[in-house]
Amino acid sequence: MSITTVVLAGVGGQGTILAGDVLAKVAVAEGHDVKLSEVHGMAQRGGSVETFVRFGERVYSPVVDRGVADHLIAFEVTEAARTLRYLRPGGTLVVNRRVMASLPVLIGDVPAPDGLENALSSEGAIFLDAEALACEAGSPRSANIVLMGAASYALPFNTATWERVIGERVPPKTVEANLRAFHLGRDACAEGACAL
Amino acid sequence: MARTLMSGNEAVARGAWEAGVAIGVGYPGTPSTEVLENLVKYDGVRCEWAPNEKVAAEVAGGVSLGGARTLVTMKHVGLNVAADVLYTQSYTGVTGGLVYLVADDPGMHSSQNEQDTRNHAVGSRVPLLEPSDSQEALEFVKRAFELSERFDVPVIVRMTTRVSHGKGLVEQGERHEVPVRAYERDVRKNVMMPGNARLRQGHVNAREVDLMTYGAAAEENRIEYRDTSLGVITSGIAYQYVREGLPEASTLKLGLTVPFPESLILEFVSKVERVVVIEELDPYLSLRVRALGIELVEHGLPRSGELSPRLIAEAFGGDELPVRDEVQGLPPRPPLLCPGCPHRGLFYSLGKVRAVVTGDIGCYTLGSLAPLSGMDSCVCMGASIGMAHGVDLAGSVNRPIVAVIGDSTFAHSGITGLLHMAYAGSTGTVVILDNRTTAMTGHQGNPVNGVFIDGSAAPELDLEVLSRAVGAASVRTVDPHELDATLAVLREETAAEHLSVIISKAPCALLIKEERDPYAVDEELCTKCGACIRLGCPAISRDESGRAVIDTVTCVGCGQCVQVCRFDAIVRVGPSCDFGGGR
Repeated sequence: MSITTVVLAGVGGQGTILAGDVLAKVAVAEGHDVKLSEVHGMAQRGGSVETFVRFGERVYSPVVDRGVADHLIAFEVTEAARTLRYLRPGGTLVVNRRVMASLPVLIGDVPAPDGLENALSSEGAIFLDAEALACEAGSPRSANIVLMGAASYALPFNTATWERVIGERVPPKTVEANLRAFHLGRDACAEGACAL
Repeated sequence: MARTLMSGNEAVARGAWEAGVAIGVGYPGTPSTEVLENLVKYDGVRCEWAPNEKVAAEVAGGVSLGGARTLVTMKHVGLNVAADVLYTQSYTGVTGGLVYLVADDPGMHSSQNEQDTRNHAVGSRVPLLEPSDSQEALEFVKRAFELSERFDVPVIVRMTTRVSHGKGLVEQGERHEVPVRAYERDVRKNVMMPGNARLRQGHVNAREVDLMTYGAAAEENRIEYRDTSLGVITSGIAYQYVREGLPEASTLKLGLTVPFPESLILEFVSKVERVVVIEELDPYLSLRVRALGIELVEHGLPRSGELSPRLIAEAFGGDELPVRDEVQGLPPRPPLLCPGCPHRGLFYSLGKVRAVVTGDIGCYTLGSLAPLSGMDSCVCMGASIGMAHGVDLAGSVNRPIVAVIGDSTFAHSGITGLLHMAYAGSTGTVVILDNRTTAMTGHQGNPVNGVFIDGSAAPELDLEVLSRAVGAASVRTVDPHELDATLAVLREETAAEHLSVIISKAPCALLIKEERDPYAVDEELCTKCGACIRLGCPAISRDESGRAVIDTVTCVGCGQCVQVCRFDAIVRVGPSCDFGGGR
């Protein structure tokens, strides 16, 4: 009973929910049983957010425990460190090199964490500049799809399926920019350290 | 038929539609909100957001009395508001099928408490179904309508966050049109005065016995024998965790948990060596299993919050998975008011009045966090107003006392509180945060913003007229993005010896679609004074030297920080992509 588990982690408002939905629909289109879990409401207002996507022959739990995830796609550096516990040894770690200070850091209540990039690197992290690539794609809001493009490199799905699902799921006016974003993310991985 | 990926809430809507539901009504509340938002998309169903859950349940009761099928939706705490309706609807029973969709929130992802709706089903003596995934959500809602009409009773379908917001594959069916039953006047059934209510109590007692008989053979309750050395009695999402965490264990999966299925429990227990109950929230099942004299295996699972496959596996000595070390010393990231949020301007100004602030339920509850620290209490929908009056009555506070309440929350349960303040001669101050939407739950229409659930225009409640009619001596509207003007009005009204209502009116930042260029800090002019930091805006931080820095991706250009900077160091700049996407 082999299940693949993906965790998307970020900050409320970064588009993890849409990204998770795209991934889940790609897995469905390729014939898998799929479970997805996320939280809405207060947690979404700039707090830490996690989306779990699990696929395989038969998936029971939508919830992911420590050490279970095969892939962790982090939309932000601090959240990558916070959710690293989910990733099994040997799992794939893709991290957007963006740092968003949380409110307690912004107002000086707690210090900004130090050395996270190094710590994540030593855990095998692959870093991307998703916002810069999203701007290159033509929409600063497509950073979430850049990251899904990067993640797609290590996931067992056809590019055509990704393209079709993205085309159906994002706002019509932004389809082209999002498809460019997907490929920029995927190419960044193909050319960089994603080849594990 | 191909299966479709659906959230539990989408599947509930689909199930209700397939069951021939005519009317859906509810009040938004995480994690229940998307049920009605999806149901309204189907043809042949009319949906309405009610101002609160009690009104919704009453509308639903009326629809049922009129002979049509109806779904009423709310979160767990909403059922407290609607409980007055439910407990007596249990006596009258139904004409058209009446189903309550109530979503609990284990772990309190977006709630103020963790109450278990099964207690209300026991208290009101109505049956309760617990789906464990999206497919069951669809099927159980359809079954709930059948049971409602067959047993003459409102039926509760209890969801939890992971079932409501989890997605899974669903096989959909077709809509089954149900004709509206002809209206028949039946005073003994429907007019609950003592004589009639006593008669109906006999129906309730007999019905409970009938439902227990039904539950003993119902397909919603399912025994799965695997290894019989351990038998797990479970329900809802916990079943999924048990199947993954203890794949070899036999399970009694209960879908209809109220009334308690005693005979099935006894049958299952007789065939397994050791028995354990695994359920989220209150020990509803385990207390009743124990009451049958059955000894349960102690598992040490937490009494509150969410379970998970691994928690369960480890409680039964499952193999520990290898894990990575946790990264230590990470700053917490609580949710916060969005960049450009109008509530920030109000709380910033309110902070300068040094008031005791009784708060309420909504996005603005986040104004309680530092640095705004703008709230002294938050309990339940509408509580801010009554509590402001109560704090005043206690006589221990010689600062201004201000109630802060959102537009939708005011319509939900704030009006009666304000009426009481006027009636009791209060000279307090109530601030209505009118951001033109029910924001926290995802921007629903409400009676204040004049948007109906299908997006069409509806009458807009005039808050000024209403507040005057209820008895406020002074009613003033401010734009909370204008910090000085807002502060001046707050100072005047909190000092005045009369009942004041201040309407803080500006649309939710997420409703503003046009892109405004962000601001940035002029390094030469910034004196590191920290005034802008005290707004608590997620776009503003300090660099290593202590100067303010604005993240141009996060900034939405609201301009509040410009007003607090005395050195003109904050200036508007171009689109964020001109700066390499925020860096």
